[in-house]
Formats: sequence, C-alpha cells, structure tokens
Amino acid sequence: MTQSVIVQVGQCGNQIGCRFWDLALREHAHFNKKGCYDDTTGTFFHNPNGDSCGDNGRIQQLKARAVLLDMEEGVISEILKGPLGEIFDSTQLLTGVSGAGNNWAVGHMTYGSSSRDKIVDQLRKAAEQCHCLQCFFLIHSMGGGTGSGLGTKVLRLLEDEFPEVCRIVIPVYPSVDDDVIVSPYNSMLATRELTENADCVLLVENQALVEMLKMEYACHGGQHTKSNKVSAMDRLTGPEKPFDAMNDIVANMLLNLTSSARFEGSLNMDLNEIAMNLVPFPRLHYLVPSLSPVSTLPRVSNSTRKLDKLFSDVFSKRYQLIKTDPKRSLYLGCALMLRGNVHMSDLHRNIERLKPTVPFVSWNPDGWKTSLCSVPPVGHSQSLLALANTTAIKSTFMEMRERFCKLYRKKAHLHHYLQVEGMEESLFSEAVTSLDSLIEEYHDLDASVGKLMPAAARLKIAK
Amino acid sequence: MSVVTVQLGQCGNQVGLELFDTLYNDAQAGQRKTYATASCGRFFHQTEHGEHVARAVLIDMEPKVIKQNFSKTAKSGKWKYDNASGFNQRQGTGNNWANGFCIQGPRHREAVEDILRREVERCDRLHGFLALMSVAGGTGSGVGTHVTQCLRDVYPKSFIVNHLIWPYRTGEVIVQNYNSVLTLGHLYQLSDGLLVHENDTAHRICSQLLHIKDISIADINKVIAHQLGTVLQPALTADSNGVYSTNPLGIDWQLRPLAVSERTRSLTGSNVNTSLANLLILRGKDVFSAETGIFDDAALYSSWLSPKDAFKIWKCPVSFNKYEKTATLVSNSQALIEPLDNMVRKAWSMFAARAYIHQYTKFGISEEDFLESFTFTEQIISSYSQLGCNV
Repeated sequence: MTQSVIVQVGQCGNQIGCRFWDLALREHAHFNKKGCYDDTTGTFFHNPNGDSCGDNGRIQQLKARAVLLDMEEGVISEILKGPLGEIFDSTQLLTGVSGAGNNWAVGHMTYGSSSRDKIVDQLRKAAEQCHCLQCFFLIHSMGGGTGSGLGTKVLRLLEDEFPEVCRIVIPVYPSVDDDVIVSPYNSMLATRELTENADCVLLVENQALVEMLKMEYACHGGQHTKSNKVSAMDRLTGPEKPFDAMNDIVANMLLNLTSSARFEGSLNMDLNEIAMNLVPFPRLHYLVPSLSPVSTLPRVSNSTRKLDKLFSDVFSKRYQLIKTDPKRSLYLGCALMLRGNVHMSDLHRNIERLKPTVPFVSWNPDGWKTSLCSVPPVGHSQSLLALANTTAIKSTFMEMRERFCKLYRKKAHLHHYLQVEGMEESLFSEAVTSLDSLIEEYHDLDASVGKLMPAAARLKIAK
Repeated sequence: MSVVTVQLGQCGNQVGLELFDTLYNDAQAGQRKTYATASCGRFFHQTEHGEHVARAVLIDMEPKVIKQNFSKTAKSGKWKYDNASGFNQRQGTGNNWANGFCIQGPRHREAVEDILRREVERCDRLHGFLALMSVAGGTGSGVGTHVTQCLRDVYPKSFIVNHLIWPYRTGEVIVQNYNSVLTLGHLYQLSDGLLVHENDTAHRICSQLLHIKDISIADINKVIAHQLGTVLQPALTADSNGVYSTNPLGIDWQLRPLAVSERTRSLTGSNVNTSLANLLILRGKDVFSAETGIFDDAALYSSWLSPKDAFKIWKCPVSFNKYEKTATLVSNSQALIEPLDNMVRKAWSMFAARAYIHQYTKFGISEEDFLESFTFTEQIISSYSQLGCNV
C-alpha cells in the first residue's frame, strides 16, 4: 500500500487539516475494530513503534503523516493544546511570529527563502517515514499571505525535491466579499504557481461551502442539533468553531478522494489514476469537486436517501465545492467515486440517465472514470464524490481577473509587494499572462462545441 | 499436459479466482474420476497432503486484490493459491499502459520470470500459458503485454493465449481506448490467440438471461469464468481417439488468413458475419447425437475455406457445472470488427486532439509508437473486413 502526506499551510490550511485528522481518526477507528496497525491505517498515519504494537496487538501511538506550517503561532499552538495535539510531533511543525500581513510576497519570498531549508527538512522526514510515498496533499488558502505565498512556495519545493511524487493541491479561493483587500493580488500570483507546478488542483471556494451548509441546515435543520450531540461524542475536537462545519466538507471530500486507495473495493482507484484520467493537457489540471451527502454528520433522514439522488446531486449547482454551474459547461472528463454498497448496474444506469445533460468534448464522449469502494463513510450507507474537469471554471478565473485588474489598474497597494526583497512588478503581469492563456485554452474548447468538425481521417490500410 | 495461468491486474486476478473456483467445483462434482483427474492435472497441482494448488501466477502492482485472493481461497478450504506465486508492488500503474509496459514490467522482469519458471517446473508437461488481463487499465494491459513478451522470449515454442476483458464502452477508465489499442497492437504480434470477453456483453447476459437485478462486478466475472471454464475443461476431440484431449488451448489458432495477394478480391460485400474458424463445445447429455449441421454451411465461412477445415467440434458426455447440456461457441469471425472499430475510432479521435499524450510520453511511449499500434489495429480491422468479400 502507498502512503500520503498532508502539508497544511497557514490558518485556513491548518484548520481544514485539523478537521481532516479528526475525521480520518474517526473513520479508521470505526472500521479497524481490533485497533491493530495495518496498511489501511498506515496510509495517513505513522506508527512510531514500527509495525509492532503493544502486548495485545493494539496501537499504542499514532502520528499523522503531516507537515504543519504557519507564519504565526496561534493556530498551530491551539491545535497542539487540543486533543489532536498528540498525533503531531514538534518536529512536524514550523511556525513564525510575524505573520505574512496578507502579503503573497512576504510568504513566498521572505519567509519562503529564510525557512526553505527547515521546510525541506521536514518534508524529507515525513517522506522518509513512508515505505512508498504516493502523494502530497497541499492545503492552503488563496486569499491570505501565508497560505497563498508560502503554500505555493512549498509546492515548488515539492516539485524540486520529490519530482516523482504526485502533488495534489486543495486551494481555498476567497469569496467575492473577502475582507482581505489585496486577496485578488494574492490569488492571482498564487494561481500562476498552481498552473505551473501542480499535478492536480481541487478547487474549493468559501462562498460555495457557506451555501452548501445553508442548504443542509434548511433541509435538516430540526435534526441537526440532536445528531450533533451524537457525533460530538466520537469526535476529538470539542465545540464547533464558525469555520468548522465548512472545513468538514473539505475534510470529508479528502476522505472520499482517498477511500478507494485505502480500503477494498471491486473497482479500485489509486491516487495516480486521478491525473491520468482527468488531465488531458498538462495545464488544464483544475478539477471541480462535488460531494453528496455533504455533511459528515449521521442523520436519520439520510439513510433513506436514494442512491440515484446522489448522482443527481453531484451534477447540481448546489453541491459543487466551487461556485460553478455544471449544466452550463463542457466536460473534458469526469470521475465518479462511490463508497458503500453500490453495484456496477447502479453506476451504469445513472451514467446513462445523466449522459444527455452532461455535455462532453467531442473527442472524449465517454469521459467517465469510475470507482467502487466497498467501505461507506461513517454514518452513511453510501456517498459519491465527483471530480469534473470542465470549462465552467473559466468564469471563475475571469471574475478573479476582473477583481485583480480593478486594483492593479490603479496600482493600489502595489508598494507593499514591491518593497519585499525578490519581488518584481513583472511577476504581476506574468501572472496575468499565464491566467489569460489558461482562460484561452478553455475558451477554445468551448468554441469547438457546435462547430461541424470533420472527424480526423483514419489511417488507410492498402488492400 | 498442464496450463500455467497468469493473472494480471485487478481484473485478471478477480476473473482468475472465479475461473479456478469454477474449474475446481465442476471437476469435483459427481463421480467422474477420469474427467476430474484430467481437469485437475491441467490446472492444479497437489501437495503431499492432497490439497489442490492452482497452477497460477498472480501479478499486480498494488497489493489489495492479491491479498484478498489469498485470504478468500485459504478460507474456502477447497483449493488454494501458492502464496509464493504472488507478485505485487505497493503502487498501481495508474491506468497508464506506458507505465506498465515501459517502466513496471521491465523493472520487475527478473522477479516475475523466476515465479513463472518455478510454476513451469512444477508441470510434468507444459502445454502453454493462459494470461488473464483487462485491456483498459494499466497493469493488466501494460504489464500484461510486457509479461506476454517475456513469455514469448523465454518459452518460444509454448502456446500463449491471452484472455482479454474489454471494458464497458462507457465509464471505466477514460484512457481505456488508448490502452486497448496499445495492448492489441502489441499482442497481435506476440500471442497465439486472443480470447475476448466484452464487459457490456457479460452485463447483458446478467440482466437479460440471468435476470440479476443489482449486477455487481462479481456477477460479471462469474459469467466470464463460467464461459471460459466450458472451453478449458477436458473434452474429446476428433483426433483424440476417445480419450480427453491433451490440448486444451489448441483451438485452431494456426488457421490464419492467407496473404492478401493469394486471394482474388471483389468489391461486393455481404452482411454475413463471416468466420475463419468455429469451435463448438458440447457437454452433457446427448452430445453424440446433437445435430450440428448448421455450422457446416459454407456461407458462414470465408469463400477460400471449406467448412470441413474451418469447423471443429469438441464433445464431452460429462455435464458442466450441473447443467444437463451446455453448448459453447468459440468463433474467429467478423463479430469483433464492430467493437474493435468503435474502440479504434474513439482512440483515434482523442489522438487527433493530442489529448492525454503527455501522460504516455512521460513514460517513454512516443507518438510514433501510438501510430504503429494504430496501424496494426487498423490492419486487423481491414483483414477481417475483407473476409466477407466474395470471390
């Protein structure tokens, strides 16, 4: 079996990471009744006592395969004081004191350079504890300075130091009304890094998460408080903080994403199959995740949720982790990752049903990748995660460009960036050029729809 | 005569398990000692304690499926795999034929050949190899093709039959058509025969004939294993003189189309699904009085063949898997043109858009390599298409 390392950067990255470790522990504890250290547990957890366990064969100690980075102390020291503190060693953490002041350049250039060696050291240590390291998951925000700046710096370090290991980034894009004024700058500079250095990017947006939660509460409001008590008992972290429910959605997406690589199933999907199937051109590696059920909380009403509904959900606007409209886009590829008791016939029935409403690019009319993992998520009988490579995100990028240009036209706040050593104004224009060419690639694909393109002439065999 | 089965990738290993289960259960049912001995000698060897051990080599690049196979068979108490006959790595090939064929296959060549040799040395007489693999993923198709190449090198005179599972037309692996074209383009030159099962067809059998409501992959694998079992179990052939043929893989593979220049061509096509060779296998009651005249119709065969040469029957009075009668047809015919053409067309359209090519060049498969495989598969389609032309 392979192992993966989670690198969580900045406040947002660390908070999401924290929810992930909490849910991952709960999931493995739920399905590993004997409490033995096995390959499945080993995917995300390292056993400091080697493969051996205590007298009764039960796990004595577990450490998360994680690297925690921040330029402040607050978030990480709080994590350490909390109940999850035990699964992290001080050698896995790196904090600063000054913060990045919401400045991409400070995170990327200043802190990125001064801490480079320490960060590489920690990444290497985490990698050395893996028998077969398959994937780095990098979680950070795109609006703040540490997440976007240092996060994308780490991405570069990963590419330099571990070129063979898959890099999947989960960036959290800011809402339109984000309170960080310069977040459009940060997002723009960081997006260029993602385009150039990531294998796969799973897009997440705060606003989309907020709306997903509203929808969930509207549907199940009555039962929420009650079941919350139940779930609080088997979770380590205490009362919920404002972002916790939102972060749970992302954490839950990560669990679904990796379930087929961790557990058994009749149709496995390894992590290296994601990019292989969903990335037809190297730069177009932005994937839109959608998830149903959204919440990790067990609810009575969910148990009767029809399987077919899950399929409809993930193609509906409200279930996308970034605000896009799947019905108004062109698909380059789509993965359906199922958990629980789902049959091949269920899968095919639903693909046939949805096909007419999901337009695919002409050269990939059957662009579906599927997996069946027999182990359901805790509290549910089934779940479905869809990953779509669609042209719909073009509009997300265009909006981001517009917000960026509004500031950049007036050169507003630019001096904060330019006074940082190593930062040059050309980086701004290069970031725009990079995004423009990305938008154009998506645009060309969109433009191909409806045009009568003659099929490429097949090879002729002389008779 | 024994057959060494090579199970490759998730699909090959799942089907292999079902196949050995089918073969074992069928052979052990009832009091048919000669049949049971012939079957078991072919596919199993016995330990000193009388346990049946499959003559199989299990190859996968990730550990889960093989591990599951070992534990399932150990629990069943009927037959088992030799744990030393399994080879797995920690990380799969990621649906990438190039990774399987160019990287993983060569990297583990020695270890795999050692396991294969050990299995071959256990056979008093080796008849050949049966490689079970899917053409869609990366391990079955890519590593499978490489292993077939190694077998061809090391055992140049042995029969090698590849049993290929064709993916669902929609919804398994997005790059499945690339992987399939690359696999077929290579196996065409290496293998003695390709036995093909389509997942879509097996799925239809489950829903329309067996009336299974929720069809799982296990159901589909059972159908495939069952059909394969009826082909591979002992039978009497025309030249085996009343004893079970020693030649289970010796379907008329040697019958190949003549070179094009030796034939006269005509432009008028026909709609008959023209065959090169048909093998009918009858098992159970009344096999010796069965009326098989319709297979002798010259219209079924290419005009330069006589039905006498192109049609063979194997018979076995022992019933298969408790069925009163079974009939199985193995046909080398134009039936495969449509699915093959469909697959090549989709792969070619993707290739024309240059989509996913970078994933393959990364592991050493160039555009020229693709073109070569496209040429071979187009050649196959073209050759089969010409069979129906009247002289």
